[in-house]
Amino acid sequence: MKENVLKVENVTMQFGGVIAVDNMNIVVNEKEIVSLIGPNGAGKTTAFNVITGVYAPTNGAVYFRGKKIVENYPQGKMKKLYKGENNGIYKSVLSPTPDKITKLGIARTFQNIRLFKSQTVFENILIAEHLRRTSNLFTATFHMNREEEKNMREEADRLLEILELSDVRNEMATSLPYGKQRRLEIARAMATKPSLLLLDEPAAGMNPQETDELTAFIGRIRDDFGLTIFMIEHHMDLVMEISDRIYVLDFGKPIAEGIPEEIQNNPRVIEAYLGGAADE
Amino acid sequence: MNKKKEILISIALIAAVLAVLRVLELNIPPTSQWAMLLTVLKKGSIYALVAVSMNLLNGFTGLFSLGQAGFMMIGAYTYGVLTIPVADREMVYMYYDGGIIKFALPAVLGIIAAGLAAALFAFLIGLPVLRLKSDYLAIATLGFAEIMRALFQWDTLGPLTNGSNMIRNYPTFKTILFPFIASGICITLIVLLINSTYGRAFKAIRDDEIAAEAMGINLAHHKRIAFTVSSFFAGISGALLAMFQTNVQAKSFNSAMTYEILLIVVIGGIGSVTGSCISAFLFIACSEWLLRFLDETHKIGDFTVPLMRSGFRKVVFSIIIMVIVLFFRQGIMGTKEFSISGILSRFGGKKKNNKEGGAPLQ
Amino acid sequence: MDMLSKNLPYILAGISVGGQYALIAIGYTMVYGILRLINFAHGDIFMVAGLMMVYISASFPMYISIPLVIVLTVLIGFLVERVAYKPLRSAPRMSVMISAIGVSYLLQNLALYITGGLAQQYPTIPWISDQITVLGASTKRVTVITPFLTIFLVVLLVTLIKKTKIGMAMRAASKDFETSQLMGIKINNVISTTFIIGSFLAAVGSLLFFSNYTGVTPTIGTMPGLKAFVAAVFGGIGSIPGAVIGAFIIGICENLIMMLNQFVKVDISNFKDAFAFLLLIIILLFKPTGLFGEKQTDKV
Repeated sequence: MKENVLKVENVTMQFGGVIAVDNMNIVVNEKEIVSLIGPNGAGKTTAFNVITGVYAPTNGAVYFRGKKIVENYPQGKMKKLYKGENNGIYKSVLSPTPDKITKLGIARTFQNIRLFKSQTVFENILIAEHLRRTSNLFTATFHMNREEEKNMREEADRLLEILELSDVRNEMATSLPYGKQRRLEIARAMATKPSLLLLDEPAAGMNPQETDELTAFIGRIRDDFGLTIFMIEHHMDLVMEISDRIYVLDFGKPIAEGIPEEIQNNPRVIEAYLGGAADE
Repeated sequence: MNKKKEILISIALIAAVLAVLRVLELNIPPTSQWAMLLTVLKKGSIYALVAVSMNLLNGFTGLFSLGQAGFMMIGAYTYGVLTIPVADREMVYMYYDGGIIKFALPAVLGIIAAGLAAALFAFLIGLPVLRLKSDYLAIATLGFAEIMRALFQWDTLGPLTNGSNMIRNYPTFKTILFPFIASGICITLIVLLINSTYGRAFKAIRDDEIAAEAMGINLAHHKRIAFTVSSFFAGISGALLAMFQTNVQAKSFNSAMTYEILLIVVIGGIGSVTGSCISAFLFIACSEWLLRFLDETHKIGDFTVPLMRSGFRKVVFSIIIMVIVLFFRQGIMGTKEFSISGILSRFGGKKKNNKEGGAPLQ
Repeated sequence: MDMLSKNLPYILAGISVGGQYALIAIGYTMVYGILRLINFAHGDIFMVAGLMMVYISASFPMYISIPLVIVLTVLIGFLVERVAYKPLRSAPRMSVMISAIGVSYLLQNLALYITGGLAQQYPTIPWISDQITVLGASTKRVTVITPFLTIFLVVLLVTLIKKTKIGMAMRAASKDFETSQLMGIKINNVISTTFIIGSFLAAVGSLLFFSNYTGVTPTIGTMPGLKAFVAAVFGGIGSIPGAVIGAFIIGICENLIMMLNQFVKVDISNFKDAFAFLLLIIILLFKPTGLFGEKQTDKV
């Protein structure tokens, strides 16, 4: 039995009267690559935002390596408005800011690339070292942390080397071609030394060749870094090739779960996708 | 090797600049028209510091704060109130029985206290205010400065702040070297901070808050650091300004003053320390000195040059500023820095001025 | 009765000033609603309107001066937008705000140049400047007129925005700037109209304001401007009724402070101006979207 890295338990996210994520339950095991798929607006990114602390869920809890990291229940105005299930199971509030989640070892990328625009590739990576600093404001300002500073830079360079970004080290992050920007964003997330990596549509906007490269890249970082990966993706080739398991979300509700073959032949999934497409 | 050379050159340059300043000071008689140059340099060095402190917030951390004049005022008052010689207090606080403070700190301690007082206020209001975004933060900090201004002029606090009367008779500086060295040290500290791992975190927040947070940067904590540090140095520049002016009155630290500091930052380039410094001197020089001729009536033969009379200088000046704001949005330096090594590699070692060239940025 | 006649002037003045702030606040709230810009120059437009009245009324009779001042103020508001904000349409918001501060600086310095720094005496406008007696308290007629005129103009404006085509375009633009452009709305016309309306109301506001406070100085626009902005935030920026209610609350409260000042031992008159900002900070902390504002969340 593999250890369970991430457990999303009965998570419901309701904005006003709209339920974006409806009673979601997801488990991601050690060293797995799990994909979350579903039509646009199914609530996939919202689920990521709940896991990473950007939003507090309306109801439900999230566990990381057996430890509860997020919990909430309907309060205030939501008390009356809440339309989801499992009301009353959760009693306490645990709502860490995203940086706390990152420190626990969960890193993420974003659907619309969010690199630090005015900074070089190297600087983008280097920022992640900040969270492991031992220096304080004074020692850092007076450059009394030379050793640490040196280590930070070496560490960042090492990662660039491994992820084959050394050749663009000193270029501005935004001047990179699109595919490389995506890869840099993954590298930057890796720099926080996560054990769980959340990728939000890593192949969005990529051509087939770039997608192939990315597929190999994701597989490699899982193996080389011993990572667990949870990703949202629309490119089915990528998803089917790389995923150990797949969750399918439709209208905020998980409608299927299983290995790629099962999902490909699941009638509900086909309906969700084709039905969704036909509506448009 | 190269780095050592650079540091040596920097030290030599700083020494040379200071020597030149001293020589100027000793040789320009106060009645000469060049005396204005000294005034401009003194005031410019103080404004350079406050502009850099504002740039730390607006340019490097992306927090659009308009409270700088308020923090300068806190610094100026803290310095003035704490350093007035005991013997003079009776006279300064004539309406408040000599005030409630019965001791006097030495000037240097007073300056540090000025910074700390401003930092303390910033820390306290930073807790709630820094949750606000962009323009809301701007207007809230501006509002805070206005509240402080009213508070400092409040009659009930008179025994401490002398109400709406002037604070004066505190120690001032005797030489032009003082503001230069004090500002120079402070600006160097800010540059060191910007180049540290904290500075990188600030820049990350500026570029993308959400991504910065996902990188493990605690937004609230880092914003508060930037805000507090920036206010600390604004407080010190307030103390220096108090010394320069020889008297302090709360009503002069109004929103117009904050706007001027902001315009200095914009002209110099948001995100450039050296830009802010150069622009501070230019701004003060233009507004106090170089454009003075525009305020005078000129006659060429019988023909009186039109428009030129008192106040015209400021009109021309604001038009120049608008042109910069509209057409040269990058300012003088953009986000680039002026560094010794950069100059060396380009010109083989010419050009002067720039006191914190000793700490080139990358 | 004595108590009333002693305190009534404060309350009347509060309502009146509130109305004047409201007229300025509408300019802020509409511009912010569409451009997400704090138009720092708006208070100075108000000042310029006052100053123009001083000079124009010196050479023209009132029935020409008043319309002329209003037309010129509108023209200035329009030009400011075209020259200082339009070129920055795609620039970061901070740049536009800085440009607004630059315009404010320019207008103030221009005023300083023209007036020579001396406060200019605002002309007496017949009828509205006359002294009248309300419930035993003596005041100027303008004090009583202001709230009614304000409400009349606001109702007119709200009708305009609800019923006309340009009003619909404004509402669309303030909901979603980009999409409204895609839908074929001529965004520049909408923005210009917004500035024209804002400046018109500021001009009317200045007529009323300076009939009461007759010294026009280059910096006189700053405080009413900032307070009007606070009123707009208080009411929920983008909401016209919100701005009006906010303005009345601020106007009344700051005069209540002056009234209270007679009764308390310590002098609190200093806080008349600071009050608005205190209110601002409190509202921002507890209800950042103001009384009538809509909630917005950042998209991640």
